[in-house]
Amino acid sequence: MLEQQEAFLDQCAPGARAVVSELRGGRGFASRLAGIGISVGCQVEVLQNPAHGALLVLVRDTRIALGRGEASKILVRESERGQSDAAE
Amino acid sequence: MGSQMQPNDPTKLARDAAHPERTIVVGLAGQPNVGKSTVFNLLTGLSQHVGNWPGKTVERKEGTLSRNGTRLRVVDLPGTYSLTANSEEERIARDFIVHEAPDVIVMIADASALERNLYLLAELLVLPAPVVLGLNMIDVAEGQGINIEPHVLEAALGLPVIPLVASKNQGISELIATAENLARQPESFQPTRPAIAEPHRNVQAQVRTLLTGHVPAPYREDWIALKLLEGDMEVTGKAESWLPENNWSSIAALLKEHEDAVLDIASGRYDWIARMVRAAVIHPGLGQISLTDRLDRIAVHPLWGLLLLLAMFALVFWLTFTAAVPIQHWLDVVVIGQLQDWLAVTLASAPPWLADLLVHGVLGGVGIVVTFVPILVVFFTMIAFLEDTGYLTRAAYVMDRFMHFLGLHGKSFLPLFLGFGCNVPAVMGTRVIGSQSGRLLTILLAPLVPCSARLLILALLTPVFFGNQAAMVSWGLVSLNILVLAIVGIALNHTVFRGQHAAFIMELPIYHLPSLRSIGHFVWNNTWAFLRKAGTIILLVSIVVWALSSFPGGDVEQSYLARFGLSLTPIGQLMGMDWRMIVALLSSFIAKENAIATLGILYGAGEDGQGFAETMVAVVSPATALSFLAVTMLFIPCVATVAVMHQETRSWRWTLFGVLLLLVIALSAGVILYQGAKWLGIGV
Repeated sequence: MLEQQEAFLDQCAPGARAVVSELRGGRGFASRLAGIGISVGCQVEVLQNPAHGALLVLVRDTRIALGRGEASKILVRESERGQSDAAE
Repeated sequence: MGSQMQPNDPTKLARDAAHPERTIVVGLAGQPNVGKSTVFNLLTGLSQHVGNWPGKTVERKEGTLSRNGTRLRVVDLPGTYSLTANSEEERIARDFIVHEAPDVIVMIADASALERNLYLLAELLVLPAPVVLGLNMIDVAEGQGINIEPHVLEAALGLPVIPLVASKNQGISELIATAENLARQPESFQPTRPAIAEPHRNVQAQVRTLLTGHVPAPYREDWIALKLLEGDMEVTGKAESWLPENNWSSIAALLKEHEDAVLDIASGRYDWIARMVRAAVIHPGLGQISLTDRLDRIAVHPLWGLLLLLAMFALVFWLTFTAAVPIQHWLDVVVIGQLQDWLAVTLASAPPWLADLLVHGVLGGVGIVVTFVPILVVFFTMIAFLEDTGYLTRAAYVMDRFMHFLGLHGKSFLPLFLGFGCNVPAVMGTRVIGSQSGRLLTILLAPLVPCSARLLILALLTPVFFGNQAAMVSWGLVSLNILVLAIVGIALNHTVFRGQHAAFIMELPIYHLPSLRSIGHFVWNNTWAFLRKAGTIILLVSIVVWALSSFPGGDVEQSYLARFGLSLTPIGQLMGMDWRMIVALLSSFIAKENAIATLGILYGAGEDGQGFAETMVAVVSPATALSFLAVTMLFIPCVATVAVMHQETRSWRWTLFGVLLLLVIALSAGVILYQGAKWLGIGV
């Protein structure tokens, strides 16, 4: 935890662990995310982040598929960097 | 059991309240994938009634049970993550609680993802109904090292908490007994309720003051104020219509100023949840590798996942052709065929038209309906199995990158793929898609997937006209369908469905063993729905078409159908087709494979198929044949598909739109192919 770098979720490498710091995308979007477990301040682990297609993240013991568009509206602070070479 | 399904009218409620032996209404709530339907099936068994929520395309299931002389009516609410009007399901669930005022809500939660599940509880507790919490899959949670003390959680929440293992029928009777007790003593319900976080508590109070006196029953001011701050579109619209302009503009200004309140409310709920579970739950933390993690290494892998998916579908089709098709053939030929023979003999003395109506019109129609059943049972079993295990969402995840081009989610892939077998389960299978617009778009696209009946037509007719090139022409025509599907998908996505792109946010539940009971219920409910709703339409249409093809002469060539075909000759000429081909196309509306039989009757010199093929080759040019096959492949869906399109969209307008769209596409393709071939001088 040497650095606390902010990034959008779709830019995080697989294996990265982060804390959600901001949701951009309006109230409807925030409220849909809240129901499935994603809220400001919660822990996220990126399980998969392919070059094309949806991401797979782990939040509150739940595996969630997120479209790239959706992931690009979620700002996070990384606490642990993933291995970017593990993707493909 | 008499009148258990009657709607809840206020007078009845009042009467029930006065009567000690009233029916207790239980609302069964829960997030998706928590085993709620297993609990519902255990509670209600065979007393279930499946319909739709009034005016909605969402399934409504309810059933009754008796406990020591008390009747309980259990209404299964749609599975929802929250109760903000983000989806039709969420609106239905909360409207039920607000308007139908159930005596008690039983909320089922997944113990292995408790914090996320309790978000729904946080929303339920601000509505006026007592709640019992059932902690399902407690065994799965234990397997993951999560230890939950139900009594500690019960004390923290201030409401009954019952541990369950629904898959093993553990805890269910305690759950319903607790619910019944709570329903009898609603005043004893004093739970801990989540409060809005400090920064916005004041704002909520201000909004509430402005609402005072303007909120009609059964709505409550604090709930309306909360939903306004959450940006709930439906409640916002309602409040605007209730309030005097002055009050509303003050509220609107407050809401604009505190647009971030929604984030605070959500975080506030999760803070509350964290406090509730702190003492009750021991969580091992990260680092454990579960069975789900291990299976997912293959199932959601970009390459292996795709291969696994293909293998799954190969299995579905293998099962269809080894199990369903022989049974279908047996039903069609042996059961219906013999019944027709028997009826014909029995009615030998009746007027010929009556005998013919009953034998060919009615029994023919029944035959079509019945022969769908084996295929539907196989497909529904596979859908239920794949969904119950949790695999279906993985398939959707893997396919999402491809479906995205059509403006669809990965979830649309399964129904579209089923379409290669039969379009009927494809349209019904769209129920797995969450969003309404995505579902509608998939229903409109599904008939463009060539079903097995159309593939059969290709297999029979291409060798007749194209000899060595038959395989190439067949592949070309199938590709044409896929291409048209993609083009129509992209076009509709940018026109009719523009801006309706629903966000792709999907839970991948943990894997578990499927429950045979749930699968059985799913297959039965869906097959029965098809027989009941689509069956009647198919039967009616088949009688009408029988009449059109039998009157006034008694044979097809002089019939109204033939006259109608003749009147369409000008359109036919553009595609190089004569009236006989038009009639064959029209008859394919009943069932696609009818096109072959009709061509056989109209072109056939004799009884043997050989004669009909030779006649056709002699009079039909390859260009005409190509245009006929292309039109057949793209033509309006068969009556069974149209019937389920209506059943699933609950709208004749959308059904008609889908049918007309395909008609225009099919005729255009026919004209373009024929005129193109003529212009190039090929095969004319």
